[in-house]
Amino acid sequence: MTMRVKGLHLGSVQWGALAMAGALAFAPLTASAGKKEDTLNIGWSRVIETNDVYFNQAVREGMIVGRMIWDNLVERDPVTGEYKPLLATSYKWINETTLDMELRQGVKFHNGADFSADDVVYTLNWASNPESKVSVPIMVNWIKNVEKTGPFAVRINLKQPFPAALEYLSAAIPIYPHEYYARVGTKGMSEAPVGTGPYIASNVQPGRTITLTKNPNYLKGGPKGTPTIGKIVQRTIADEQTQVAELLSGRLDWMWNATPDTADNLRKRGNLNVIDGETMRIGFISFNANGTGGANPMQDVRVRRAVAHAIDRQGITKALIRGSARVIPSACYPTQFGCAQDGIPQYAYDPAKAKALLAEAGFPNGLDIDLYGYLDRPHTEAIMNNLQAVGIRPKLNWLTFGPMFTALQQGKAPFTHLTTGAWSINDVSITLRGSFAGGPWDIARDQKVIDLVLAADNIVDQDKRKALYKEALVRINEQVYWLPLNTYYITYAFTKDLDFTPHADEVARFYQSKWK
Amino acid sequence: MPAYIVKRLLLALAVAVTVSLVNFSLVLLSGDIAVSIGGPTATYEQLDRIRRDLGLDQPIPLQYLRWLGGALQGNFGDSLFYRTPVADLIWQRLPVTLTLGLLAMTFTIVVAIPLGVIAALRPNSLLDRMALGIAVAGQAMPSFWFALMLIVVFSVLFPILPPSGAAGWEYFIMPTVVLGYSAMPAVMRLTRSGMLEVLNADYIRTAYAKGLGNIKVLFKHALRNAVIPVVSLAAVQFGYMLAGSIVVESIFALNGTGFLAWEAMKTADLPVVQAIMFLFSLFYILLTFLADMLNAWLDPRIRIG
Repeated sequence: MTMRVKGLHLGSVQWGALAMAGALAFAPLTASAGKKEDTLNIGWSRVIETNDVYFNQAVREGMIVGRMIWDNLVERDPVTGEYKPLLATSYKWINETTLDMELRQGVKFHNGADFSADDVVYTLNWASNPESKVSVPIMVNWIKNVEKTGPFAVRINLKQPFPAALEYLSAAIPIYPHEYYARVGTKGMSEAPVGTGPYIASNVQPGRTITLTKNPNYLKGGPKGTPTIGKIVQRTIADEQTQVAELLSGRLDWMWNATPDTADNLRKRGNLNVIDGETMRIGFISFNANGTGGANPMQDVRVRRAVAHAIDRQGITKALIRGSARVIPSACYPTQFGCAQDGIPQYAYDPAKAKALLAEAGFPNGLDIDLYGYLDRPHTEAIMNNLQAVGIRPKLNWLTFGPMFTALQQGKAPFTHLTTGAWSINDVSITLRGSFAGGPWDIARDQKVIDLVLAADNIVDQDKRKALYKEALVRINEQVYWLPLNTYYITYAFTKDLDFTPHADEVARFYQSKWK
Repeated sequence: MPAYIVKRLLLALAVAVTVSLVNFSLVLLSGDIAVSIGGPTATYEQLDRIRRDLGLDQPIPLQYLRWLGGALQGNFGDSLFYRTPVADLIWQRLPVTLTLGLLAMTFTIVVAIPLGVIAALRPNSLLDRMALGIAVAGQAMPSFWFALMLIVVFSVLFPILPPSGAAGWEYFIMPTVVLGYSAMPAVMRLTRSGMLEVLNADYIRTAYAKGLGNIKVLFKHALRNAVIPVVSLAAVQFGYMLAGSIVVESIFALNGTGFLAWEAMKTADLPVVQAIMFLFSLFYILLTFLADMLNAWLDPRIRIG
């Protein structure tokens, strides 16, 4: 919905922001009710489709709730990157495909059941079985099977060497109570989740609200710390301005994904912390270089390079995305293992060179071409402006996620503006396996890249892995299969009563937050 | 009258079948559902399995008949996003949307009809102009803007009403006003024009000549006739309120079926979109049918003619 006022073209978001900006100037300072009642009220706009983490399509909000209810075998320290035992007490690589783990004793699930090796064996064998049809099979399909080697000991057998195993085990592979899950299934687990985590789900209304109560029996001295806030109430509030109103009226203590304008207005208030946190999400342009679905101009590397030279990545990132966002040199998030930063071919902003490359490719008068996008429209439109300046006249096809991926996979999209959050996995294998290893989403289909990625995925020697991934990333940039654009950041706004630290993996750790 | 009912029923049925066909075909155009479900890490085998499991590999007419057969038994399949039966999802969220729709409709009728009558009693007077002004403002103001303004005033500047949620009656006050106000202008103006026309009719003069009081003439004789087109309009508006409460539900975080529909469209949740579109279309058709029946009862010329 848009309105036009004296040359201003404002969308509903801007109108809403305008109204709220006015309100911000006059609104009384309402103290947060949360601290007094020891209840942290959090709000976000996205709906969590299911609380069963294995069927969650990697929506960050689902991960956030999941980490509160369940524990993994290991936990990656978000600051040091170190893997610390959580439900496991120790782990040992026996050989390249065998990982032994000793498990913690005396841990209880929220329903009173004792945690043991049976739960680990059941959860991992069930999740890695293709018949279980979990949402993100890539997360668990490296597991061959899991054996019980003692009441509190397990052996994880891998299909082939997979050095990123601990990273995956620490991300989205929580351990379920085997008897309960076998009885209630995914629907029951989503409606009444039971885990060992720091918070107990006490009221679940799908798509609306979840109430989490502190687990008084949570393990002491674990890497996740000990929860201090008594109750956390999450509510789904689709509209950003409504979230702001809730925050201003003291009924909400925490929100995220505030747009830059809203964040600027909120910063003017004295009683709120408004901070930017960089995320693992990256933006990039994917090209149909292989000609899947019919010939297209992007099959010519000179046209792809022309696009790369035409886009002012630095200027757009600074002007539009703002905050702590930065331009990235390679097709991954800089902290990911194997995400090489140096020695990767780069394309400086050079419209003249872009025009020359187009002419050389047989398009002296430019070309008309379809561009696809689904998430970050202002950014996509800025890219279109840059392209038009060198004679590439893109026709924008703005779609939702599903149809956009259909167009991408079937080769209907010559080039697409995309983002990926890498499922918060701090290892480049997650991105490269999904998009460059010959699967349905690999539209480059470059055998050299496929070989490099598959080889790197299964080598234990970390230096060799890094070298192979770098070689793959060099080739991806050299051939411009992807044009890496920028990182993103999230703006968090929360009451000053709350001690909260954001992390780049976009997983808000409320179990480590406390009242000031 | 029975012939009239049968005729309208057959027409309603034909519309329902057409709507179900269009609804089914339109959603099929929205892309490969298997790809949406599989996500960016799915293999070819997984995509094929999803297509097989959902029957997407079968001929489209067969898919339609299977879907229609299920829908008629209240089985709309499972949501691709929530992985639970679509019927359960709609059933959980329907009370919020129905409550909001009924409250908004009541608000519209209770405010708009008396306003229309008052405006018609003194045409072109200050009162009439004020009533018209209220109506025009309602028509001109986008509901998302009005909703946010109410939130700004009653939740932020003077915090007396909760900005969002559905935990009690007070949560429905602002959404009711916003949704009801958007429908008010049409009802009010139609009542006014209907009353103006009727008040000049001979039988009203006769009624006054018989010595009947103002109230009796207005409400027993005039309004009954003036309200006939309003009944049809109100039925249509009610259907609109149920199906069109997406914006209001989103802003006030009521999370009823309107919000569910919006989420389903964003996530390409085909079964949910199909079911909601189908159900609301049926509801719309039913309301129109009931309005026709009510009109026929109010005005014998309709059922005889």
